[in-house]
Amino acid sequence: MNSDSLIEVTNLSKVFTERGRLINALTDVSFKLPMEPMVLAILGESGAGKSTLARIVLGLTEPTSGDVKYKGISIREWLKRDSFTFRREVQPIFQDPYAVYNPSYRVDRVLELAVKKFKIAKDRRETRELINNVLRSIGLRPEDVLGRYPHQLSGGERQRLLIARILLIKPKLVVADEPVSMVDVSVKATILNHLRELKDKYGASVLYITHEIPTAYYIADEAIVLFYGYVVERAPMSELVEKPLHPYTQELIKLVPNPDPNSRKSLNEYLATLDKIAKAAEAGRPSKGCPYQNRCPFVMPKCRENLPPLIQVNGKHYVRCFLYT
Amino acid sequence: MSGEIILNVEGLKVYYRSIYGLYRVVDGVSFNVRKGEVLSIAGESGSGKSSMVEGILRLIKPPGYIAGGKVYYRNIDLLSLPEDDLRRIRWVKISYVPQGSMNSLNPVLNIREQFIDAILDHTTMTEEEAVKLALESITALGLPPEVLRMYPHQLSGGMRQRVIIAMASALKPELMIADEPITALDVAMVRSVIETFKLLREKGVTLMVVSHDMAFHAELGDRMVILYAGQIVETGTIDEVYSEPLHPYTKLLLQSIPRIGAKELKGIPGVAPSPLNWPPGCRFHPRCPFAMDICRREEPPEVEVKPGRRVKCWLYAEKAGVTGK
Repeated sequence: MNSDSLIEVTNLSKVFTERGRLINALTDVSFKLPMEPMVLAILGESGAGKSTLARIVLGLTEPTSGDVKYKGISIREWLKRDSFTFRREVQPIFQDPYAVYNPSYRVDRVLELAVKKFKIAKDRRETRELINNVLRSIGLRPEDVLGRYPHQLSGGERQRLLIARILLIKPKLVVADEPVSMVDVSVKATILNHLRELKDKYGASVLYITHEIPTAYYIADEAIVLFYGYVVERAPMSELVEKPLHPYTQELIKLVPNPDPNSRKSLNEYLATLDKIAKAAEAGRPSKGCPYQNRCPFVMPKCRENLPPLIQVNGKHYVRCFLYT
Repeated sequence: MSGEIILNVEGLKVYYRSIYGLYRVVDGVSFNVRKGEVLSIAGESGSGKSSMVEGILRLIKPPGYIAGGKVYYRNIDLLSLPEDDLRRIRWVKISYVPQGSMNSLNPVLNIREQFIDAILDHTTMTEEEAVKLALESITALGLPPEVLRMYPHQLSGGMRQRVIIAMASALKPELMIADEPITALDVAMVRSVIETFKLLREKGVTLMVVSHDMAFHAELGDRMVILYAGQIVETGTIDEVYSEPLHPYTKLLLQSIPRIGAKELKGIPGVAPSPLNWPPGCRFHPRCPFAMDICRREEPPEVEVKPGRRVKCWLYAEKAGVTGK
């Protein structure tokens, strides 16, 4: 298992058929996650292919073409040869923590099953002890949450229990698909801090999938921006926010609601952009050229004809745009 | 904010009966809405936001009931008005955009048909007049007229939400109440909904907007009410609340917001209490870093620190000359 990458995604494409129409959920996506723990954010709006990417990395969906290697071995191979190790080392956290629980069992079961399935403890006593320790480590009192049914806990508590589950399993890679978008603000920060700790304290890498730039800014080291299934930009997180190069990334950052009432802008600031977005939505996905052409304020004739290449602007900053060729 | 008061809520209580006991979800809230303003109602899940709105509009269904309080729209007592008269106020004078309403459009009717149904249901207009009004309302909010011919599945989530807002504004209501209008929307869609509300405000519609999203409120609101555990804990202008929060809950809440540039987020310790069993004294005391002895024993009074600026907290009560027993 010699490899310099934890995850290596190569020319990954996924095509779905919907009512006889082909939809390119992902097109030619390539990136690597190094062996050293890091948080990589996958940013984009609904329909960008974020969740498809997550499902492929988790081995839940087969790609149409291209490959994903985990520690140098294709996921397809992992699932054939040693799915136990793969499933243990690559763990998901999903958006809706309620959907993960069986409503007729106490929440303990989600933790106990993990211990049992992955043979983490030798007996019931050790299981209890491990679970209690993990809960305390994330600031939950075992007596407050154990023995309860999923509906008796808040969304934040349910999501935190799933973090506890992750801490029990100690995976190498956590694929977190919108883990905080349904959680209240006061708990959001807590969960984001737990995700940070996964990297800092437990040495796990995190693929953090979200449409919220501010939360990504808080926990990610680097980010990939997806648009209509294409990687349009990749950069270190702070550089992406401070110096976004792709017009789509610039648009995203401009539109983010700002929690400071003093920086409020007038209606006119946004109308042109929103108008373009609405018109582009009607036009649908372009059949050729740059995926962002219908929304782009800088669109040139060649953008409608050819797909721009993903070019390296500097060290770790890549952008798919003719403005930089 | 010098506009006249158009909605006055006094000591409103909404309770739910259950086999476990009485859920005191909304437990004595008082506030008013002034003509022309945007009143932001902030609070997390379980704080009673939605029940409060449903209580104001008398939409509470059993086992829920209004356990006390008064609601006046101008000089009309909404809670004791006969159902027929109430119907003439809902939608016509006070319109309502419920939570998740963008998913409540009928999938087999196009937008035009649904628009007309809604209008005819509440007016004596002819169909021809209704069609004209539908078109007017759509274009007034910057939506393309073609939307009317489309079916809900052909529209994005944000577009559907804007269509609902257009419907709710069709009869030129004096007040529009929107409950969590941006939940589960992408950045661009959130922005388009914010700008749609700004347009409505410019047209003189008074807005009461309920959301847990503090960035959304910062972009839109004039005045703010913060709900915690079924009660109002702080009231003030948006600028006052964001630049100088008074209640410890508000302070912690504002420190929890992920924002571009934030390096350290705190989160609020502990969990939201249950309406079945509110903590004694101040309902925030188990989570409050400043909790004093009196906070555990006695409910804090609501103190007016300056006109229109109120906080329900013992830290401010003594300065104002109020002491415990």
